[in-house]
Amino acid sequence: MHDLECVNLTRVFGRHTAVNDVSFTVPRGSFFSILGPSGCGKTTLMRMIAGFETPDKGDIRIKGASVLQVPPNRRSVKMVFQHLALFPMMNIGENIAYGLKCRGESRSEIARKVADVLARIGLPGVAEKQVSQLSGGQKQRIAIARCMVLDPDVLLLDEPLGALDLKLREQMKIELKLLQHQFSTTFLYITHDQSEALVMSDNVAVMNAGRFEQIGTPKELYNAPRTGFVAGFVGDTNRWAGKVIAISGQSTRVALEAGPEITATAGTAGLTPGSRAEVFIRPETLSLSPVAGANQFTGSVDSLLFNGANSRILLRSGERLIEIAQGVMDATTAVARGDQVSAWVRPAHALVFPAQMAG
Amino acid sequence: MKSSDASRLTLILLFTPFALWIILLIILPQIGIGWLSLREKIGPREYTFGFGNYLDFFHEPIYWNTLLRTAWISVLVTVLALFIGFPVAWYIARIARRRSRAALFLMCLIPLWVSDLVRAFGWILLLRETGLVSGALQWIGFTSGPVELLYNDITVVIGMVYTVVLFMIVPLVSTLDGMDNALLEAGYNLGGSRFTVFRRIVVPYAMPGIVAGCIITFMLAAGSYLTPILLGGKNSMWFTEQIYDQYVTRSNWESGATFGVLLLVFTSAVVWLGLRLTGQSLASTVAKE
Repeated sequence: MHDLECVNLTRVFGRHTAVNDVSFTVPRGSFFSILGPSGCGKTTLMRMIAGFETPDKGDIRIKGASVLQVPPNRRSVKMVFQHLALFPMMNIGENIAYGLKCRGESRSEIARKVADVLARIGLPGVAEKQVSQLSGGQKQRIAIARCMVLDPDVLLLDEPLGALDLKLREQMKIELKLLQHQFSTTFLYITHDQSEALVMSDNVAVMNAGRFEQIGTPKELYNAPRTGFVAGFVGDTNRWAGKVIAISGQSTRVALEAGPEITATAGTAGLTPGSRAEVFIRPETLSLSPVAGANQFTGSVDSLLFNGANSRILLRSGERLIEIAQGVMDATTAVARGDQVSAWVRPAHALVFPAQMAG
Repeated sequence: MKSSDASRLTLILLFTPFALWIILLIILPQIGIGWLSLREKIGPREYTFGFGNYLDFFHEPIYWNTLLRTAWISVLVTVLALFIGFPVAWYIARIARRRSRAALFLMCLIPLWVSDLVRAFGWILLLRETGLVSGALQWIGFTSGPVELLYNDITVVIGMVYTVVLFMIVPLVSTLDGMDNALLEAGYNLGGSRFTVFRRIVVPYAMPGIVAGCIITFMLAAGSYLTPILLGGKNSMWFTEQIYDQYVTRSNWESGATFGVLLLVFTSAVVWLGLRLTGQSLASTVAKE
């Protein structure tokens, strides 16, 4: 059973197609993210689902029934806004009670539900506080509680972590996932931050220029991207231009521009010998110790970038700078600046996609 | 010279004109009027002090009736200005595009370039017996003879709303302008109807602007002189007219001063009551920003 289903949704603003023929389904109770760079149309898509925009084409179904004719205040889709949009003229309790009052529930029922939801989000007893008295993370939870108290079929979240500082954002990622489990409601989460999408989601759709590039689990998107855009956008990667020389099955010979010829794996069909292509190699798939049958790059260590567990070795090989992940960077690290070293990568870890027109 | 001395000098220089203005033009005259209102004339150049002037006011129904009438028409004018000004302010602040906003604001300001007097005469030209409206009504056959549209309360109210509505629009625009669209959308998204969103979100949000606008328009209306006299005629029964009468026509300065004090006290009381009823304070409304 699908809680949310979008079919061939299209929205055009003047000559700009913000959302172009997008179709997807979100299974009940799952955490679905739409990941894309800013301006890719993800906010327009969400606003159409909430009812603030009307699609030019296509259909939106919630629990199987089309909601195109349903005004936004009657849809069982609630939204957590980017800047939360808590009502400053009401206290916390009134903020949460607002939707229940709109529904005309009884006073005692409202009081019970407000107290209940505040307990569930771990903030009992804040009902009398003013919005300005809460911290960023607490406001976040209130904004979610304000929606969840109405038992929506789908909860939309529009980059709600964008305004928080880094530490709190990391914490809220985990908390959001826990809240979603607890309420077991379908979450549709919009973000441009890939780590938010990868950590929290059951399924992620990568959106670019109004279209969905790929829908899949975070693992699929990361390990088996189907387009060059997904390979480049999700996760860190080395990205080099080249030309296809020969293809045999998945195995593809690519001559890198100003670099060696390597054996890589075709990420998609449609590559032909002689066509321009791009090779994507993730930093953590490059190894400084020899691997049999792997591609070898030789160069000198340009610099060591320390970033805790995400540290990088930058290897200069001709014109090219190769990023290599180095989990531990301390006295035990074998290389130093200026060393001549080689790096190996298995053909399975070098993905080839046709070169993109732009970008 | 030390920098603290310099900054203190700057402060004094900046503050002096303001202090002079407040003391010479507001505090001193008010003290003078207060003192005058307590002086009773018992013979030529013979005075005593007491509340006699105030007792006279309360003993003469025409006086306090005029004051009450002035207050109630001013309240009516304020309410009408709010109902007319709110949609205009909403359009300027929330619907109009950024570029046309300045032009719209300017259009609201244009009437202010013309003096009160000229604007009142404009109304007279339109509404008098031989005026445009009367002529038009006769031309379409609505009436057989000329109609006098001046010198009644409705005309006074219309004329006053016209003069004060801008002072309602400006504070409303500035509060509505700051409202995040997401608040309205959240209001709808959580199930509110248009009316609920307006009542529970828009009005409370705009309350400082509404109250500020109401205070300004009420004070302007209650203290106005030209419009009620010119559009309402000699019998418009406006309290400022009574004050003028006492000072100028009757040369009874003591009584005029008493009326002046009473107008100030009474309108202040109305404003205070309005603030209490709406739960606002002067600091959160008129003195905002």
